[in-house]
Amino acid sequence: MKHLRSIDELGRDGLLRLLELTNHMVEVNRRPVPKVPALRGRTVVSLFFEDSTRTRLSFETAAKRLSADTMTFSVSTSSVNKGESLRDTVETITDMGVDAFVVRHKSTGIPWQISDWTSASVVNAGDGWHQHPTQALVDCFTVREAIGRERFDGLTITIVGDIEHSRVARSNMSAFSMLGANVVLVAPPTLLPPDVSHWPVEVSYRLDDVLARTDILYMLRLQSERMSQGHVPNLREYAETYGLDALRVAKLPPHAVIMHPGPMNRGVEMLIDPSALPNSLIHKQVANGVSVRMAVLFDLLAGESSAANLQQVAS
Amino acid sequence: MSNNVMSADDVRRAITRIAHEILERQHGGERLAIVGLQRGGAWLADAIGAAINAIEPAAKVPVGYIDVSMHRDDIGLRPVVPGAISNISFGVDGTTVVLVDDVLFTGRTVRAALEGINMYGRPRAVQLAVLVDRGHRELPIRPDYVGKNLPTRLNEDVRATAEGVVISAGGAQ
Repeated sequence: MKHLRSIDELGRDGLLRLLELTNHMVEVNRRPVPKVPALRGRTVVSLFFEDSTRTRLSFETAAKRLSADTMTFSVSTSSVNKGESLRDTVETITDMGVDAFVVRHKSTGIPWQISDWTSASVVNAGDGWHQHPTQALVDCFTVREAIGRERFDGLTITIVGDIEHSRVARSNMSAFSMLGANVVLVAPPTLLPPDVSHWPVEVSYRLDDVLARTDILYMLRLQSERMSQGHVPNLREYAETYGLDALRVAKLPPHAVIMHPGPMNRGVEMLIDPSALPNSLIHKQVANGVSVRMAVLFDLLAGESSAANLQQVAS
Repeated sequence: MSNNVMSADDVRRAITRIAHEILERQHGGERLAIVGLQRGGAWLADAIGAAINAIEPAAKVPVGYIDVSMHRDDIGLRPVVPGAISNISFGVDGTTVVLVDDVLFTGRTVRAALEGINMYGRPRAVQLAVLVDRGHRELPIRPDYVGKNLPTRLNEDVRATAEGVVISAGGAQ
């Protein structure tokens, strides 16, 4: 595998391979010294044009635990402010000798664009509304741990919230259904894409209708700017109809678990303290983030593609 | 073309002898641990551990497994496929760890295991037990306990299981 840009590009076999590799990384992270020399001499640069806490930090931690060198590009103090184009920025960093770019950008498709400009591997850490494949891997791994089996056949996973603007929803829906789950999307019509008929999902406008048959409830963050853009009349009405409160938790089957990719909007989609929920996987999602990203970097950088680079240097 | 160089009985006897040698050298099973290298060494570690615990039931020598793929020095030269997951559920600080592998060849896997075991703590000593030493070392590594010394050609293929040891003319590497 050269790049990780979307779940569909990764495919089912790739998804299963990375989830299997994550088991190994979980064991590495449990050791008294959680560090292996696997990626010694490789360099990973994180190129984040959008804010991030958990994704960027977990990628950097993952790279360090595999002994790769890391570079952090921060837009606010870079030559982007002097008008340097994205292409020139990428080519400049490539010339310094990097093996992987971890990219987050507000525009769809930027990771594909970047992979045309560099010989390094590209990992999509979020492109606009489009894809966030490592989040989907994290969530699949977390579900696997929670249910104790590898396939999701017979499982109903309900994704609630701003589907239209959510790259997490797009990546997760593909990954969950690749593993056999039945995915239900719940959102007001204004927060759903105009046509979802080609997606492998069911759609509902009413959360209360689907709670009783939900095994995994996946809450998405509602960005407050959606209100000013007229997608929802006001946040209180949204919270009333789609927010998770104690009454809705009581409607879930007893074995159901609750997930959220973070950052959470307390008082909007989360009306109760998730740490008070017995079945919340939210902390596990963060904890698994490092192991999954170690698996991704290892898979991209420990393969034959880097051997070709080595041979180039040698000759 | 293949050649049976050890039968299942030969393997069983070698395992029993190695178990005795380990106990003799350690003066018992105190502070002793067996760690098999995934995957080829795992079954052998189980067998040696069982033999030791049969000889000295009071010792209760623990058996663990280590996957060394992420400590290898040939990452990037060829695709690395991790074996089964490491599982060392006991503290290695201050113990004598006997690393166990089926076939000792270049010594690179053992080097990776020596590095890997350090991530779990600081053993008092590390020793090496192998069922077959086929030569062609590329590093200054030698086994402490050997089932059978087996001179081979570089391109030959050696398979060691509980059912016996088979040597076959491998193709081009």
